[in-house]
Amino acid sequence: MSTATDYTLAELMITAGAEAFKNDGEVLATGIGLIPRLAASLAMLTTNKDLMMTDSEAYLLSKPNPVSGRSSHEGQAQETWMGFSRIFDNVWSGKRHAMIGPTQVDQYGQANISALGGTYEAPKIQMLGVRGLPGNSISHANSFFVPSHNTRVFVKGECDLVNSIGYNPERLPKGYALNDIDIRIILTDLCVMDFGGPNHQVRLVSLHPGITVEQVVENTGFEIHIPENVPTTAAPTEEQLAIIRELDPKDFRSKQLKDNPKGDRS
Amino acid sequence: MNKQMSATDVVSQLKDGMTIGIGGWGPRRKPMALIREILRSDVKDLTIVAYGGADVGMLCASGKVKKVIFAFVSLDFIPLEPYFRAARQQGQIETFEVDEGMMLLGLRAASWGMPFMPTQIGLGTDVIKVNKDLKVIDSPYDDKEWVAMPALKLDVALLHADRADVRGVCQIKGPDMYMDEQMARAADKTFVSVDEIVDTEFFAQGDEARFVFWERSMTTGVVHIPGGAHPTSCTPLYGFDVPHTKEYAGSAKEGGFGAYAEKYILGKTEEEYQALVGGLDAIKALPLPVY
Repeated sequence: MSTATDYTLAELMITAGAEAFKNDGEVLATGIGLIPRLAASLAMLTTNKDLMMTDSEAYLLSKPNPVSGRSSHEGQAQETWMGFSRIFDNVWSGKRHAMIGPTQVDQYGQANISALGGTYEAPKIQMLGVRGLPGNSISHANSFFVPSHNTRVFVKGECDLVNSIGYNPERLPKGYALNDIDIRIILTDLCVMDFGGPNHQVRLVSLHPGITVEQVVENTGFEIHIPENVPTTAAPTEEQLAIIRELDPKDFRSKQLKDNPKGDRS
Repeated sequence: MNKQMSATDVVSQLKDGMTIGIGGWGPRRKPMALIREILRSDVKDLTIVAYGGADVGMLCASGKVKKVIFAFVSLDFIPLEPYFRAARQQGQIETFEVDEGMMLLGLRAASWGMPFMPTQIGLGTDVIKVNKDLKVIDSPYDDKEWVAMPALKLDVALLHADRADVRGVCQIKGPDMYMDEQMARAADKTFVSVDEIVDTEFFAQGDEARFVFWERSMTTGVVHIPGGAHPTSCTPLYGFDVPHTKEYAGSAKEGGFGAYAEKYILGKTEEEYQALVGGLDAIKALPLPVY
């Protein structure tokens, strides 16, 4: 395994994201958005071949579909029918790990994709709706993907509308413990974080090359736990980059982050 | 038995204040020709239950909607539905915002004659705070609390399927039937627009009957409207019309829905609508989406 020297931030985020699925065992890996989908696909082809994945339509695949360069679903490696009604059977079984990109994430790992500002009756900005977040968050493992790490995403206090359950003792339902909640990583353009700080506090896990602790702190609207030694996020290997190129032959990944930055920003 | 009828017949059975479930998912297999017929009518104050797309947006923009029961409203390739968004931001509609799976549970409860379904979904979130009528209850069997998702009983379900016979045997050949089956079962009356009418014998061939998901007693009426899902998709027959959907979404920034409706819907027949969007052949040639 040879470490790459020339790689983009998008590629670094894909390999860092793939790490999150490594020890999941036989679960459905759902990456919503191109970088999370490539992360899950890379994990399925390398570190966790037991993962399951959908074609983003109605079938499970034994081999992930490339994210670009395809003109139809014909000939894909489908193995099981899984329309939307059956997706919920999977969700509620707990055998899933989803990585999604919320508009807001708060200190408790509660997320929001539904509405911003104003009142609930007349929000300033109506977005998608809560979608599957309430069910996902209380049923299975979840990670977050944040392509632009800033204080508008990582808000002070709580999200404007709490779509998903997090590590908030005030909202803990009767009969539940905080450990019943399973939020894994937060993957951003600056760093990787998790909820491994004291009392499930958000903790800095690794800094992307060239990024400082101060940059992360300045751009996060709540206090995070900073361990004494914070490693640098591991660079992709040449082998990983080769697989990513096969999964994304048209290089759609280069259009995901503003100005497609280099992976090492020092 | 012959359940064939026209879109006008369907809309004549709708009454102000009804709860209407709309099948499909986002930009996929929506009964859009039936929606357009509602827009041409004076029906109002509807409660809409949907995995929503332009169906919900158009009904909101036309002032037909009192309340939306939803988990999302999205055009998918255009994430935000502009007219649903405007209606929400102006506080024009009442809401019951639930998780996608909660909606499925509510429809199942209705179809099974149950008042509610217990679920863990929604606990710890604002779903149980902003929906004042949604109850959290104790279980007779464990020490946890549970959300009691109420039955979503529909007066009418409006669906689009690939084909049907005139007795109401409806086939969906695309890869996903979404929650259409649950909608059909949760409704007092289910009206299905279809691309093709076939003889009953069609279903005896090969495994054709495997793609029929509710029994014909659930189907009240069948409306033959080839291309009737446009601009949404009806895979494998046709994909969604991306340029037209962009024009629709763009009308929210310039001209408004009134101009879009004048151009395409109001005072026009479905045949005239199809001619304006390029004709039925063009609809049937729309490429299938690739995800």
